[in-house]
This record gives sequence, structure tokens and C-alpha cells, in this order.
Amino acid sequence: MANPPVENPRAVWQTIRPRALPISFRLGRRVIPVALILLALASLVLILSVSYGEYPIPPLDVLRTILGLTTDNARNYDLVVWTFRLPRIVLAFLVGAALGVSGALMQGVTRNPLADPGLLGVSAGASLAALSVLLYFDDVALSLLPFAAFSGALLAALLIYVLAWRQGGSATIRLILIGIALEAVLAALLNLLIIFADIREVQQAFVWLSGSVNGRNWEHMQTLGLWLLILLPISFLASRQLNVLNLGDESARGLGQRVEGARLLLTLSVALAAAAVAVSGTIGFVGLIVPHITRRLVGPAHEGLLPASALFGGMLLMLADLIGRWVIAPAELPVGLVTAIIGAPYFLYLLYRQRHG
Amino acid sequence: MTVHTNRVSATENRLISARGWLLPGLLVCLVALALALLWSITLGAAEITPQVVYEALLHYDAENYDHLIIQTVRLPRVLAGAVVGAALAVAGAIMQGLTRNPLADAGLLGINGGAAFAVVAGVTLLGALPLWGYAVLAFGGAGVASVIVYGIGSMGRGGATPLKLTLAGVIVTAFISSFTTALLLMNEETLEQVRFWTVGALAGREMALFLQTAPFMLVGLAGGLIMSRQITTISLGEDVAKGLGQDTRWIRLVLALLVMLLAGGAVALAGPIGFIGLVVPHLVRLLVGMDYRWIIPYSAVGGALLVTVGDVIARVIIRPQELPVGIVMALVGAPFFIYLARWKVKR
Repeated sequence: MANPPVENPRAVWQTIRPRALPISFRLGRRVIPVALILLALASLVLILSVSYGEYPIPPLDVLRTILGLTTDNARNYDLVVWTFRLPRIVLAFLVGAALGVSGALMQGVTRNPLADPGLLGVSAGASLAALSVLLYFDDVALSLLPFAAFSGALLAALLIYVLAWRQGGSATIRLILIGIALEAVLAALLNLLIIFADIREVQQAFVWLSGSVNGRNWEHMQTLGLWLLILLPISFLASRQLNVLNLGDESARGLGQRVEGARLLLTLSVALAAAAVAVSGTIGFVGLIVPHITRRLVGPAHEGLLPASALFGGMLLMLADLIGRWVIAPAELPVGLVTAIIGAPYFLYLLYRQRHG
Repeated sequence: MTVHTNRVSATENRLISARGWLLPGLLVCLVALALALLWSITLGAAEITPQVVYEALLHYDAENYDHLIIQTVRLPRVLAGAVVGAALAVAGAIMQGLTRNPLADAGLLGINGGAAFAVVAGVTLLGALPLWGYAVLAFGGAGVASVIVYGIGSMGRGGATPLKLTLAGVIVTAFISSFTTALLLMNEETLEQVRFWTVGALAGREMALFLQTAPFMLVGLAGGLIMSRQITTISLGEDVAKGLGQDTRWIRLVLALLVMLLAGGAVALAGPIGFIGLVVPHLVRLLVGMDYRWIIPYSAVGGALLVTVGDVIARVIIRPQELPVGIVMALVGAPFFIYLARWKVKR
């Protein structure tokens, strides 16, 4: 058998050394073009999504309104675009970005291609905590919700880790099975909460649980945006640790990494998922499928994978939100249902391919 | 169907005769079940003594208010709980034997989810249904979902391992139940009418619904008892079963139909209740060993007992309100699942 041709590393990688910052990193040559294409697609979806609705606005006018170039105020474009449509759509992008990066981090740290904040009970822990705060305390400041969600999610993640941890044997399978069981317990507790809640709040909670960005305003966006502003850069800076961790525990130790310490990166993933849950409820499968698709686009190195996952996740969730608004108009499907309907078959395909690949 | 198991059963019989306490044990469990049922009937907003219950059952007096409560409210609920528990436990036992998967359960393998979706979709699209219509829809949904889950779970090398089946079950359930939720959200009338199909519950079941769904489950239970010897053989593995001259394809088909009857009937009556089929057969196996001729009847009685007691707990702990029994079962069953996943599943 002939050896595969050795590729020139310069053809695959490019090194980036910003003068002003004390960092340098390598990117796959495909990362920047792919990122630009994703960004363009995301903008396209954003404009289409803003233009679609009961009061349609031509895409060009949307663009003009967003850029502040409208001269004609008679048609209320400003109001519709800035107050009603843009907040939820931008929020969908941010939630998708958070979930995409959360999933990529989780799959990287656990080296488990099927890991997903939704599947491992993390989202359920977050929604249980957030919903109990929402239902049982009056007038909670919105900015506090992510903290509640984060503590619930962290608790759930710790519980799973402790229950699944055993010396020897493959922990990934146990992790998934125990995540499924914990998810069932948390779902039962959620149902309990809902049963005892005020009946007027139940319908609302029901929608929230299915994951929705309906009726969200700029305050929601700022709440999540603040968390992302802190968490995303830290995640990107951790790329190198994740790459090393992906070589396996022994190689990582051999390269001088403190493996157990690096596992703490999972906290970042949990925090991202929890912040997303706090503003939009549980939205499943995004964290699972986004990293798989972006890995195909930009390769497994996390320097490219994480930003690409953020862009692709954001675009996917905006698209899912658009589909949810369009498919049974004038009513709308919560975006979480749309992602489950798209994501579940993809997950099964992954499961199938894993066994045959 | 030709089945030659005479030689096996001779050995089995010797094994069983060494455990002479099994039949008396079953009778003790039945007595315990009867007492639990009686206890459950006496509990509620109105104080009713066992004496009155006895009279209401044997000398029903339509003028007596207590008798009326017992016959129209308490009895249907208690009977529904018992038959649903028995059906789900036996369905779980059959599935665990059939798929040799210790984690098999109608809730986990998507069967309950499929049945619930079929019922909700039927009510949404067709409007009000005759009571047996719920059951028929539920069977259809249960059947389709179980075929899909088993098909996906057994793809590829290694066949249907517990992990693959469980994952396939969870994902298919997530997929189907998002359609169920979508239907419920689109139509608020349906939401009111069939809301309990999102959480299993026993409250408010009418005698008529019980009478129209119970026969299916009773047929399933009887079938399970009749087929119990074949289940034992098939639980030893496909090769063993074939080597013993069993026509495994037919047996698998019949057993799958029995599971459909049992789980579908249970969902039609009480909505999706998980974990009963997981917990009960495992506890029963600790007690009676690997012979399904004992596992099936013990599971039936044990499942009925578990749901009856669970329902009593659900009504007592937060009086005067009550919990849906599905929630109690999840809170009891999921930790048990964790125990199994941690210590009993090798791959």
C-alpha cells in the first residue's frame, strides 16, 4: 500500500500573530473562508427572518431599516423591526451560538461524540432551577435567572459525573445512560412544579419548556449577551487545552497537561448551556449536531471549531425559529420543537454512521 | 407453531420443585395486593370504612352516597391502577427476555411515547372518539414506535445492545413527543382533553374506559402466561432457542404483539407511565430466579401492587391535592435505572 502523500503543513495551517496581543494561534486554512460564508448565510437568514411575518417587509427595506437609512416613517418599519422582530431573532442567534459552543466543548472534554447538554441532563437541571425561581418568586430580575439556571445545571452535571464515575471501564456509556435517567427524574420534578403552579402560568411554562424565543425583548438579549461576552472568549482561549485533551488522557499527560484540571472546562460548557436555557427554555439537539457539521467543515482543531460552531449554531437556530413561525402560521411552533424534529433524525444518522464508519 | 421443549422442561421442573415456596409466595402477594386495593379504596376526601367498601361491592345500594362514590370514582381508579401496573410490568418482563436487554421498558423504548402520540393525533384530527378507539390508536402507535426503535437500535454490528436500544428509544421518544407537544400547543381544546397523556395519571378514569381497555390487557397477560416457557428459552439467546428447536421468528412476533397489547392498553387507559416495566421484573428476578413461568405471574402481581401503593402515596403525601402516579413512578424508577446502568450493564 502506498503511503498517503504528506501534506505541506503550510498548505493546511496558517499562523496568526496579532502584534498588539500577547497571543498566537494556528488556524486551518479553511477556517476563515468558511467563517465568512457562515457569516454571510447568517446575515441572509437574519434579513429573511425579519422580513417574514404577518406584516411582511421587503428584504431591502429590512436592510435599510437596520442600517438606519429609512426616510419613510409612515409604515412603522422601525417599530416592527427594532421592537418586535429583531430582538427575538438576534436572541435566537445568540442562543444557537451558546448551545453550539457548549456542545463542542462538551464533546471535546468528554471525548464523547454523542455528548449534548440536553442529553446529559444539564439543560433539564438548568430549566428546573430557572423555572422554580420563575414560578415561586414574584418579580425576579431577569439578569438573575442565568445564575439560577447555572447552579441547577452545575448540580446536575456534578451528579451525573459522580454517579457515572467508576474506576476502569468505559465511562462514556454510563455517562449517557445515567444522563438519561437523571433527565427523567428532573422531568418528573418539573412536572411537579407545573402541577402546583398557578394555572395561568402553566400554559406559559409549557411553551417555555419546549424552548421558545417568542416575545423576547432586548433585555433578554442583553442578559445572554453579557454571559457570552465573558464565556466565549474564555472558551476560544482554551482551544489548545481541548486539542491536547483530545489526544487521549495518556498522551495529554505525556504532553504535560493536568488532565483533571482541563476537565474543569466542562464548567464553561455547562455555563453556556445554562445561560441559553435561562432566556429561552430547553432547546435540544443544537449542541449535539452543530459540532458534528462544523467538524466536517473546518476540521477537529478547536481554534476553528469553536467559532465556526458559534456561527453555525446561531444560523441554525435563526433558521429553526423562522421555520417554526412559518410552518403553522399564524400560530407558531416553539423553536425547541423544530430543533427536536430536525435534530433527532440527524442524531440517529450519527448513531448509524458511528457503527458503520 | 411446533415447539419442542419437553426435555428442557423436565430439568426446569426439577429446579422448580426445589423452590416449593413459589406458589404460596404468589398467593401471599395476591393477598397483599387485595389488601392494598382495599386500603386504596377507603382513602379519599370522604371517610369510608372497609366494611362499607365490602357492602358496596357485594350489596350495591344506589341510594347510598358512599356506595356511589366507591362504584363510580374509587373502584375504577383502583382497578385501572392494578391492571395498568400488571400490564406494564409484564410488558417489561417480556421485552427484557425478548431483547435480552436489562434496560427494556415500555417508557424507555418509545412505546408509550408512540401510543400517546397516536391518541393525541387521533383526537386532534378525528375529534371525539368512541372509547375503544383510544385503545386501537394506542396499539397502532405502540406498534409502529416499537418497530422503529427496535429497527434503529439493532442496526449495525453487535445487534441490539442495551445502549443502542436505550439511546434509540430516548431519541425516538424525543422526536415523537415533540410532535405530540406541537399538536397540543396548536389546539387548546385538545390540550384540555388529553393533557394527562403527557403525564401518566389515574385520576378521573371512568368505569366505561376501564371496561373497554382492560380486556386487551387481560388478553396480553394471559398470552404472557401461556408463552412464559418460550420466553425463558428465548431469553437464553437466539442460538440456544434455535438449538432447542424453537421457531424463534414466530415466537418473537407473538411476543411483540403481546407487548403492544399490554403497553398500548396501559397508555390508552392511564397515559404514559414509565419505569414500572423496568423496576418490577428486576426485583422479581432477585426473588424467583430466571424462569419466566414464575417471573410473569410475579411481575403481574408485583406491578399491580407497585402502582396501587404508588397511587396511595401520591394521594396521601400532599393531601388534599394529589400527584399523577406517572411522576411517582419516575421518581422511584429512575434511581433504580441509575443503579442498573452503573452496576449491571457491561456494555
